[in-house]
Amino acid sequence: MKQEVVVNDLVIRFSNVNGTGSASANEMFAKSIFRMGIPVTPKNIFPSNIQGLPTWYEVRVSEKGYLGRRDGIDLLVGVNPQTLKRDINSIRPGGYFVYDSSKKLHEEYIRADINYIGIPMIQLAMEHYAKPRLQQLLKNIIYVGAVVTLLDIELEVVKQVIAEQFEKKPKLIPANYQALELGVNYVKENLEYPLNIRLKRIDAVGDSIMIDGNTACALGAIYAGATLMAWYPITPSTSVAKAFETYCKKMRIDAETGKKKYAFVQAEDELAAIGMVIGGNWNGARSFTATSGAGVSLMNEFIGLSYFAEIPVVLINVERGGPSTGMPTRTQQADIISSAYASHGDTKHVLLFPSTPAECFEHTVKCFDLADRLQTTIMLISDLDLGMNNHMSPPLKWDDSQKYDLGKVLSAEDLEEMTEPFGRYLDVDGDAIPYRTIPGTHPTLGSFFTRGTSHDEYAKYSELPEVYLRNVDRLAQKWDTAKTLVPAPEFYQEESKNSIGLIFFGTTVYAAVEAMMMLKEEGIQLDAMRVKAFPFHQEVEDFIAAHEQLIVVEQNRDAQFRTLLINELELNPARLLSVLNYDGTPITAHHITKHIKNQLTATV
Amino acid sequence: MSYDKPKFHHPLLKKNKVGYIKTDYEGVISTLCAGCGHDSISGAIVQACYEISLEPHRLAKLSGIGCSSKTPTYFLSNSHGFNSVHGRMPSITTGANMANRDLIYLGVSGDGDTASIGMGQFVHAIRRNLNMVYIVMNNGCYGLTKGQDSATADFGSVSKAGSDNPYQAIDLAGLALELNATFVGRSFSGDKTQLVPMIKAAMAHPGFAFLDVISPCVTFNNNAGSTKSYSHVREHIESTSIFDFVPKEEEITIDYPEGESAELELFDGSKIQLSKLAPDWNPTDRFSAVNRLHASKARGQILTGLLYINTDSKDLHGKLNTVDKPLNKLTQEELCPGSEALEKVNASFR
Repeated sequence: MKQEVVVNDLVIRFSNVNGTGSASANEMFAKSIFRMGIPVTPKNIFPSNIQGLPTWYEVRVSEKGYLGRRDGIDLLVGVNPQTLKRDINSIRPGGYFVYDSSKKLHEEYIRADINYIGIPMIQLAMEHYAKPRLQQLLKNIIYVGAVVTLLDIELEVVKQVIAEQFEKKPKLIPANYQALELGVNYVKENLEYPLNIRLKRIDAVGDSIMIDGNTACALGAIYAGATLMAWYPITPSTSVAKAFETYCKKMRIDAETGKKKYAFVQAEDELAAIGMVIGGNWNGARSFTATSGAGVSLMNEFIGLSYFAEIPVVLINVERGGPSTGMPTRTQQADIISSAYASHGDTKHVLLFPSTPAECFEHTVKCFDLADRLQTTIMLISDLDLGMNNHMSPPLKWDDSQKYDLGKVLSAEDLEEMTEPFGRYLDVDGDAIPYRTIPGTHPTLGSFFTRGTSHDEYAKYSELPEVYLRNVDRLAQKWDTAKTLVPAPEFYQEESKNSIGLIFFGTTVYAAVEAMMMLKEEGIQLDAMRVKAFPFHQEVEDFIAAHEQLIVVEQNRDAQFRTLLINELELNPARLLSVLNYDGTPITAHHITKHIKNQLTATV
Repeated sequence: MSYDKPKFHHPLLKKNKVGYIKTDYEGVISTLCAGCGHDSISGAIVQACYEISLEPHRLAKLSGIGCSSKTPTYFLSNSHGFNSVHGRMPSITTGANMANRDLIYLGVSGDGDTASIGMGQFVHAIRRNLNMVYIVMNNGCYGLTKGQDSATADFGSVSKAGSDNPYQAIDLAGLALELNATFVGRSFSGDKTQLVPMIKAAMAHPGFAFLDVISPCVTFNNNAGSTKSYSHVREHIESTSIFDFVPKEEEITIDYPEGESAELELFDGSKIQLSKLAPDWNPTDRFSAVNRLHASKARGQILTGLLYINTDSKDLHGKLNTVDKPLNKLTQEELCPGSEALEKVNASFR
């Protein structure tokens, strides 16, 4: 099977058993490729399990910089007997299967159209290491050494990454180097290398970083001045909390006293978590929580209180596969409607949709400013793919001249200078946002009673129809103010030229951008818009108005984003087609192009 | 609707140390039923705050949902208030307390709010030793929804509709003791002499101070056969001690009988002065409090008074080791690590 040499364009998949230390070995592999200046996208496809279930780690390498998932696996390292059959079948014809040849592979696993590369991984490990746990861990490094050699990855780079990984446990470095060499030498002594698919150093990553979205969100919260994080463990949001604590310990300790300039409270459930966030923000400390769809369901009552009593809340929703417990370790964009309209009664909430870790950082900061400005719940809608996988991203940016927007808060001096009585829910300047006071501000001025019951401009309880209407109509007007404050969409053309417009948001961007290039090569030209926020910015409306046909690409079954557009902008549903992906894996460009072509054929 | 009280008052009314008269601590006119125990508790709160010369803006009052949770509008109108959602006052208070450790947090709840829907938040606030006063206005029934039994209704207690309660009661004071709450007291809305100093002591306590206050519902649970009626409580009440709270720098004026008296110094220098009525009870010995509580219950009696105090209480801020300055007073300069630090973070991800 002679094939032409393909450089810097491949998909490698590792098939492992959860809890065997494979994730860190695989991460070092991906990091080494990044260090060679080649754009790379790793995806950890893991189970809701601590030990024993199948787990995969997929690495896409793309010199052109496409960072979405790609169909077709070029090389698969299969060390999980449970999934052998399925793994072998997933390899593209002509691809490579790297397996542990310590035992002979049974005939039923032999496909004529792929290449088999046997490495006696466990045998080598057992020959060199006495402890079973060490054998298991270093077996992973042995296959990394083998694959590195097969793909012509620079060994020195891998060694450097290993050294950094074990910076705090340097005793482990020699054993890892030895295991790496075992894999390298086995290939060199027994096999032909490198393969026709291989890597070569280029300079295509610039100043990018490799970071997961959850860490970027946590850093955003620290930079935004959050002093209280209240949270309850739930995959895939837990690492936001972990990263917040980790970086606070580095960045938020008072140098003199060693005391903490933050409070980190693990709540008893999601209800308490958001309750604490409401209490903290009510009392003037920037507070936030991170959760996933199931947690947002539990937080619904409090989200309504935040909306109606006008208390800032920042909520990071890292979506996972629903409904119910759903697929806790798989990705979806399926909390659009439940987030946008969370809670009973007439409510609407501001949502921001980051696409990259850099945007996770920037938008988290923005969430705090918007929450304080608009005095309501602001949700950052991330997803498992963005939150938990490392992404090649522009660096995180902070401008030292930027100042927090703490919104309309009255100080003791402001209160004393006022000529009219303070009205907590009184719109004094036409933006429908009233001034608030923080408890303890002034001995006799500015106190008010916060309540989830209907209230007048002075926070007094009232069920009078006209009072209720004035209040809820002002909240609707505040929504119009929100439209002017949220980020504008991003466009992928200077001006709209085509009759068809593609709409997407969040992590769909990676596959969508690649799909547009693929379609362009086939002569299908589309305009495109990435929406960054709800309520929809005026420019979203303008783009939709400028196109006869729109295709909304999203990752849920019910086309929730399309529904939101139709509902909020009063669009004719016939104008909006859908491309949907909801199997729990990140959407691919092939999936998008295939369905767009199908849709276009069907409608022509 | 809420109705403000008239502001005029007798010009000679005595001002306290911070220059306020007692009516400055009142709220709007109560809309609870005439004779409701809750109004007496509100009165005791007003009295206590006036007597300890609290500046009203140094306190935040929070509540959940129910008759009891309406009361924060009926006292301390110069304090910020928060009537939140059913059973969730503890979490709001936790967040508020984290934001500003310098204020006094007074949480008011009911038996439905605490013993049923809010049980989870109640026990976890105890577990964290959140620095707050938590008052349950306990009437054994759901008044606003017309008198259903609550989880604190005693086994066999007869409702207004005439049925016996077939379920065991949750004893909130007993539960608080079991969970190691650092201050536990029980009182009766009709016993201001005991309740007022207990509220003062609870406010001085640096940690979770729980007060279970039996507060009869005149409309739905004051009938014959109810164990939370005025007459039943009056006939079955007993007390651990005669109790007084002495603020810092004030003289102890009451004489207690020799041998039975005890004095406990609180964190801020104030003192609890008490004369024991129960010889086998010691206020700083949790087991003696649990035993005493069970002994009274076995005799069908309601034990009131200070039940337990831990004078070595470390609150949630202490456990978390947060800075002394309230978190809501920290400025951007103190909180934002700046671009240089972020560049280092970026470098660590290359």
